[in-house]
Amino acid sequence: MLATGVGGAVEDPWIRWSWISGHVDVITAALLQHIQLTLIAVVIGLLIAIPLGLMAWRSRIFRGPIFTLTGILYTIPSLALFAFLLPFTGLTILTAEIGLVGYTLLILVRNIVVGLNSVPVDVREAARGMGFRPLAELARVDLPLAIPAIMAGVRIATVTTIGLVTVTALIGEGGLGSLIYDGLLRDFHTPLVVGTVLSVALAVVADLSLASLQRLVTPWARSRAVT
Amino acid sequence: MNFIGQVVQWFLSPIHWQGDGGIPHRTFEHLVMSGISILVAALIALPIGIAIGHFGKGGNLAINISNIGRAIPSFALLVLAAQFFGIAAASQIVGFGAVPAFVALVALAIPPMVTNSYVGMREVDPDVREAARGMGMRERAVLLRVELPIATPFIMAGIRTSAVNVVATATLAAVVAWGGLGRFIVDGLGLQDYPMLFAGALMVAVLSLIVEFSLAGVQRLATPAGLRSSTSTQKEGPVGALDTAAVAA
Repeated sequence: MLATGVGGAVEDPWIRWSWISGHVDVITAALLQHIQLTLIAVVIGLLIAIPLGLMAWRSRIFRGPIFTLTGILYTIPSLALFAFLLPFTGLTILTAEIGLVGYTLLILVRNIVVGLNSVPVDVREAARGMGFRPLAELARVDLPLAIPAIMAGVRIATVTTIGLVTVTALIGEGGLGSLIYDGLLRDFHTPLVVGTVLSVALAVVADLSLASLQRLVTPWARSRAVT
Repeated sequence: MNFIGQVVQWFLSPIHWQGDGGIPHRTFEHLVMSGISILVAALIALPIGIAIGHFGKGGNLAINISNIGRAIPSFALLVLAAQFFGIAAASQIVGFGAVPAFVALVALAIPPMVTNSYVGMREVDPDVREAARGMGMRERAVLLRVELPIATPFIMAGIRTSAVNVVATATLAAVVAWGGLGRFIVDGLGLQDYPMLFAGALMVAVLSLIVEFSLAGVQRLATPAGLRSSTSTQKEGPVGALDTAAVAA
């Protein structure tokens, strides 16, 4: 059942605990790099997506081009996107991050617009009636009410990015993906299993922590169901 | 300018248009592999999602399955499948080299289809269902003539999300010794042949965009006329809205 290389190679178990205990430093470094690559991508993605989202929400002229452009970026396969950049930016972290940030944009911008659109008209009129200026209304009424949708976007973007980071192993980065790629190249199961399990675990932990962060910053939403 | 010239030259070279490693054959491989994977995944996923939605049981499972699917990196799935079936042994048997890629692609295509078809079935207004029964429709007719048409845009959205994922991941399958258009990218990386790398990326990108936009068109056509205007904003564009609904629910 366990396939090995040709020529009667020694049976390779899916997990070799001795390899793990001997490579704790390598595994830790890969995990930390994975977290770092993800954090940079999501934070920069958010910094770009917020103004884009506001523009798409406020003006019909910008909405079409912004959705089309981020949609195209999202549709192009990650490996192709990295390959486009490679001749210009080389095997650097920049190539990886431009690609990763590109993927977060569609998810984040869409959810920002959906969130802002979901603010009830009555609420906005009440805010205006209370004398809020446009900027204050945006900062203190619209954006806070859009947080559940925006956070849902951040969660999807984060989990998606954690998965995509593994692909950057092919262009010399990779985080946990470098363990997976190493397992493939050496036909050795243990790093592959360790990389996969940790990557899934990281995605689950990130998703759950962002969910509790969301509950923390939107105390008013706790009592009623989020749509 | 020089680099673009090299890419153009790569495309113009007749060698790249011939034989098993040529552009036409690689494109054919890519399309056949993606098409069969999506078809098999749909045959598995849609009945499950529709049944869960119709009977209203196991909804949490249907929602969570796409979240779990998202957490498993497709790259890891491919490498796991390749190691499980053993590429070294597999590539010696003609035609078997495609099995790991096929298994990984089917596994990856199932979750969005289950979740979206479930969400689509739950989207049917209970009043509408009651009205259909009140008009004397039998359960089968309610399912086929009321629930499914209303759910169709969502089901199509799931197929489209999966299809775009599958076409993208079939590119990655070149890493585990399968063909397809990804070969040009992976070989270009290995040989540091940047014009080939860039040309491969260009073909893969164009193919993905064609798949995305044509399925978006099919999705619009599949939407019953009565639903088209009122819900178009909700279903416009790729994945986002539906996925968000699934996560926030």
